[in-house]
Amino acid sequence: MHLKYESQLREPLVYGDKNYHQVTEDIVRPIEAKPTRLWYIGFYIAVCLLLFGVYAIYRDVTYGIGQWNLNKTVGWGWDITNFVWWVGIGHAGTLISAILLLFRQGWRTGVNRAAEAMTIFAVMCAGQFPIWHMGRVWMAFFVLPYPNTRGPLWVNFNSPLLWDVFAISTYFTVSLLFWYSGLLPDFATVRDRAFTKLRKRFYGIAAFGWTGSTKHWQRHESLSLVLAGLSTPLVLSVHTIVSFDFATSVIPGWHTTIFPPYFVAGAIFSGFAMVQTLMVIIRKVFGMEDYITMGHIEAMNKVIVLTGSIVGVAYLTELFMGWYSQNKYEGYTFWYSRAYLFSPYGWSYWGMMACNVLSPQIFWFRKMRRNLFVTFFMSIIVNIGMWFERFVIIVTSLYRDYLPSSWSVYYSPTIWEIGFYAGTFGLFFTCFFLFAKYFPVIAIAEIKYVLKTTGESYKDKMGHLEHVSVEVFTHSGHGHTVVENESAN
Amino acid sequence: MAKKKFVVGCFDDEAVLFPAVKKVRTAGYKIHDVYTPFAVHGLDHAMGLRETSLHTAGFIYGIAGTTTALSCISWIFTKDWPLNIGGKPHFALPAWIPITFELTVLFAAVGMVLTFCYISQLAPFVKKHHFHARSTDDLFVMVIECTEKTNAEDLKAFLAANGAVETDIQIAEEGWWLGRYDKDEMRYENKQTVAA
Repeated sequence: MHLKYESQLREPLVYGDKNYHQVTEDIVRPIEAKPTRLWYIGFYIAVCLLLFGVYAIYRDVTYGIGQWNLNKTVGWGWDITNFVWWVGIGHAGTLISAILLLFRQGWRTGVNRAAEAMTIFAVMCAGQFPIWHMGRVWMAFFVLPYPNTRGPLWVNFNSPLLWDVFAISTYFTVSLLFWYSGLLPDFATVRDRAFTKLRKRFYGIAAFGWTGSTKHWQRHESLSLVLAGLSTPLVLSVHTIVSFDFATSVIPGWHTTIFPPYFVAGAIFSGFAMVQTLMVIIRKVFGMEDYITMGHIEAMNKVIVLTGSIVGVAYLTELFMGWYSQNKYEGYTFWYSRAYLFSPYGWSYWGMMACNVLSPQIFWFRKMRRNLFVTFFMSIIVNIGMWFERFVIIVTSLYRDYLPSSWSVYYSPTIWEIGFYAGTFGLFFTCFFLFAKYFPVIAIAEIKYVLKTTGESYKDKMGHLEHVSVEVFTHSGHGHTVVENESAN
Repeated sequence: MAKKKFVVGCFDDEAVLFPAVKKVRTAGYKIHDVYTPFAVHGLDHAMGLRETSLHTAGFIYGIAGTTTALSCISWIFTKDWPLNIGGKPHFALPAWIPITFELTVLFAAVGMVLTFCYISQLAPFVKKHHFHARSTDDLFVMVIECTEKTNAEDLKAFLAANGAVETDIQIAEEGWWLGRYDKDEMRYENKQTVAA
């Protein structure tokens, strides 16, 4: 009953001779098995990092953000760099689940669940930075517009920083809802095959009493489609608004109209890199090679080379405008503070160029796109590069402003700034390890849905359809019914 | 809610299920529901279900979000506390677009998910009767409600003749109740895989 027919020439998305039950078995197995040694080691390291981060935050709250090396004029340093970095990473999940759904990209099914989880955890990490950067964090609720006894004194709705509050919290909420509504049927699958009491109870609660009723599926499909439609502009808006934090200011290096598309491309770039890092590990550790195939890895590498090149064009455009505008402040920022290798922060600019623009070009070669080692290595490089990008944008624009008398001393972070960053890694990986152990890391129901059009064993049986004329194909009960009946006989 | 009597037929392939649904409906039986492990496209039409209006609800929630944002911000910035920001206009519509957009999306998404859960009776601690433990794994479970006139045995035979691999008669609660899944629930049997 699939209206869609996919040519045999296309790579299968699910390898092996699978049926529906086998799909369930393969994906639920890691949940039902005891965690491996490797899982415990990873989880332990993640929790240690998290605890160190908690201690760094404790010092920040107790002694104030003087614990950090922020100075005048570098008022934003590692904290906001890390914020933008994590938010950027948080873009791939929704891009994969929403935009690729609307574009009918079948390969999203294998990776969307884990990518969405990654998005949610990354946005959680990102949120920490602006919150703790407030210093007096117990007043964080002042960013919310609520009727108060101070006038009421409202927030400034014309400020990009407030737009960010709305954008990030909306993005987090919508991603969480999208992710969880997709998880309901899969939790039900785990629940119905659970044979320990605890698991039955836990997944019984988590699945909300999902039965798989046709009416519920119909509504679920409608919900997913509309949420995808809503998330598509949302994901683009979030990093656009993050870029407004910079672009609406009058700081040379920030005050550019190219920022929104440039930030969005960078976000997708770094997000996909993080997805690659996690996918290469997941498919290996959980033996998911049949579901997260080389085709998936290659598709994501193509996105990386595309967005990496877009980002590269943006860098060059900025340099060009730095010269073409003949504005001496712009020129100084772009051509001295950034592009001149021997300026105080020149190293970060060239680190960024090497990691983001030059090295991803390796993915023009198919052999490299399908090489796991290269993919994994490059995914790390890209994330380092994208961290440099945010550092370059923030610090090189701030450390020397219009008044040479207020030029700052060389900014480098304290151990507590680094500890905070390490702590968010701890938070991210603690969440991710728990997710990988207790949640179905691949969308079971969605894989079953595409199994008969893109599964390897089913594709093999479709050979004769390649020779059928369009008229016969469209008038023979959607093609597949015919094939399936024939093969059953 | 009262308990009812149901005849259950399990199919292991959606390609067999579709003709069976058609035949059961032409024979005049009332299909209570079909439980499937994934969204089977076209099954809702085959069963004669009407289209969902969930997306319309989503649109209304979205409009509500837009209205909330615009009316609140404009009231705050023009009436309640007209803040002078660099002498710029109080009614600064372009600057409000981002928040208006975000609230539109937020209201639509949250509203739709809550509506979805409400109309489908999905919530933590909700429990329902499951006609077959494998309906979330690999079986397509057709459930037919019995009336006084229904001959359950005939119906079972009819389902089997139309490709059901398992048939069954169950007396079950049709609504939901608050309960726990670790109590009185069929244990999953790891059945040998069936050829699809």
